[in-house]
Amino acid sequence: MNLHTISVLVEDKPGVLTRVAGLFSARGFNIDSLAVGPTSDDGLSRMTIVVQVDKKPLEQVTKQLNKLVNVIKILEHDPGAAVERELMLVKVRAGGEDRQRVMEIATVFRANVVDVTHGILTLEATGKPDKLEALLELLGDFGVVELSRTGRIALARGDRGIRERTKKARAMAAGAEEYTGGGV
Amino acid sequence: MKVTGAQALFRSLEGEGVDLVFGIPGGAILPAYDPLLDSSVRHVLCRHEQGAGHAAEGYAWATGKVGVAIATSGPGGCNLVTSLADAKMDSVPVVAITGQVPSPVVGNDAFQEADITGITMPITKHNFLVKEAGDVATTIREAFHIASTGRPGPVLVDIPKDVLLQETTWSWPDSVDLPGYKPTTKGNLRQVRSAARMIMESKRPVLYVGGGVIKAGASKELFKLATDGELPVTTTLMARGAFPDAHELALGMPGMHGGYTAVTAMQKADLLVALGARFDDRVTGQLATFAPNAKIVHVDIDPAEIGKNRSADIPIVGDCRDVIAKLHAELRRQQEEAGGVPDRAEWLAQLRDWQDRYPYAYDQPADGPLKPQYCIERLRDLTGDDAIVVAGVGQHQMWASQFWRFREPRTWVNSGGLGTMGFAVPAALGAKAGRPDRRVIAIDGDGCFQMTCQELATSTAEGIPFITAIINNAYLGMVRQWQELFYEERYSQVYLSYDVPDYVKLAEAYGCVGLRAEHPDEVDAVVEKALSITDRSVVIDFRVDSGEMCFPMVPAGSSNDDIIVGPEGLRPVNDPAEAPVA
Repeated sequence: MNLHTISVLVEDKPGVLTRVAGLFSARGFNIDSLAVGPTSDDGLSRMTIVVQVDKKPLEQVTKQLNKLVNVIKILEHDPGAAVERELMLVKVRAGGEDRQRVMEIATVFRANVVDVTHGILTLEATGKPDKLEALLELLGDFGVVELSRTGRIALARGDRGIRERTKKARAMAAGAEEYTGGGV
Repeated sequence: MKVTGAQALFRSLEGEGVDLVFGIPGGAILPAYDPLLDSSVRHVLCRHEQGAGHAAEGYAWATGKVGVAIATSGPGGCNLVTSLADAKMDSVPVVAITGQVPSPVVGNDAFQEADITGITMPITKHNFLVKEAGDVATTIREAFHIASTGRPGPVLVDIPKDVLLQETTWSWPDSVDLPGYKPTTKGNLRQVRSAARMIMESKRPVLYVGGGVIKAGASKELFKLATDGELPVTTTLMARGAFPDAHELALGMPGMHGGYTAVTAMQKADLLVALGARFDDRVTGQLATFAPNAKIVHVDIDPAEIGKNRSADIPIVGDCRDVIAKLHAELRRQQEEAGGVPDRAEWLAQLRDWQDRYPYAYDQPADGPLKPQYCIERLRDLTGDDAIVVAGVGQHQMWASQFWRFREPRTWVNSGGLGTMGFAVPAALGAKAGRPDRRVIAIDGDGCFQMTCQELATSTAEGIPFITAIINNAYLGMVRQWQELFYEERYSQVYLSYDVPDYVKLAEAYGCVGLRAEHPDEVDAVVEKALSITDRSVVIDFRVDSGEMCFPMVPAGSSNDDIIVGPEGLRPVNDPAEAPVA
């Protein structure tokens, strides 16, 4: 089972998050991460979902997602063809001599120190998920007190935005005369 | 013009052309029942919300229009749940309107509060919670649009009591604006051409026709395609009536209790053209061994159905009417080019041979016991051609589908996907309310009947008469059959008794006519008597043989090759040597 990253453009209506999440939970799939935020279009939100699932069931879920009335567009990101980022806040034990060592690590990872107490450094780090994993592993030696991650967000590389891509190609392949939009 | 949310609701229903709704009032929906008095919409007062929901389904099945059910908050909405799930599984266009507790107390565990939009999210096509009276018209418009277009389905609209009372300025939207909802209806011509080519190359084609053909109103197009292409047709439980059973190309129903010919034709086919069908497990049996040598053309308006269970060689997303018409035209063109229909005499002869050798069979001894199939056959033969037949779920449903000979679409109403016992009586009420010009006959089981028979009161009170033929075998018959076949006859919790309740007295208590037949000799007289009564509902208590089992049968999870044709020996009769496929 692979991790897949899916971007879903949705109408900003009550219950839409439940509808989307419900399609995954109804099939027993575990969502690894989920990030939601507004877009440049008024009334539209963008969800980025990372899910561990095989290719075939994922295809079925994607089709079901397309059927939701509040879902405008779906893009399943090809690995490598998308810019993926995550933001993390982490509290690390960094008293005495450890403080300098933690700050050195933070510098290497271009993480910012956003809060300091006598015994604790709070770092803010962004990057690809594997970079954050590497940072966390190093910080683990000192003791991580608390961790908060935003979940992954992603944009496909290239010229086009989500509204101009994907579903058309898929609908044509599935034998539609002309692509008119989503929903069934 | 100023109106309340409740007035806006009925103006909107009128705007959608609704003439009839089924429902039960209650606290939160109370404000809506006042403007009802001034509305052109007829309200049929049901005795249970589940009944209202199934009645709305029956109305939709029989008319093709959207069925409407109204209930109050909390238990009212919760009682609709089964019917909404049923409508979702069978793609029935239904709009359910529920009252909700007043907005300020939503989420506070108020009296009769339930989060009905949350509860029904996975069992509706879509649902809405209306937050202001100004949104009522738009929401109803959208609800009807979503319920009736694309792949039809149930839509629930939840309206808090204060929103029903709130004043707003009336305005009816000219159009709907749903940017995320634009079903694909036109099939791709290139794909259609490839499909026609595949049909031309096929030696053993079968049209696998599902409920989508009826929903799309594509029976005429199907008839042309099948007859001009000389293509044999199987009609699933959802598609009975899509193609006339009397036609020589009709193979009948496939599936777990389908006919030997329909099941085996699909197993041996080299091409299945699935039209608005979804490769349901009750049709395919064990998926891995289903139609192993068949290429698949899959036509469906729902892209999520294509490739869900069986991958398609040629997927075509689109409305069945559009695609079948295109496929017919294209096939005709290719046939003309090729100088006629490909010679498939051997295949058609094989199918005829199977039909002759393995018809649906039963034995009615002259001195009894009374057989259920005999009752259904006599009912069929004594009834005119205009009847709409409604069934519950179980043995009687399978016998009804097997033995009735359907001639046209929308004359068969049943619960296919969800398998909802108790569907028949309220659905028959809805069907008759929608088609008062037709005779409506519910063929029901004694178990099913007891779940929803309270709607007979509705039938009497509202003057919506239909016949209910109870195939009373004193058991939960299908469960009993499985216990007999697969649980070593260890019968557990399946006995109901012939005479508790006394169905004749029960019918009379509800203001209906009650009749009974216990012996084959009595059947014709009872049926003729029932058919002669048109001013009120009739209940016939057919006391039939408890031990009669429903055959053919493909045991759950087994291959369709292992079809059991009858009780004798319970062995598969399918001889691979006689099959035309290597």
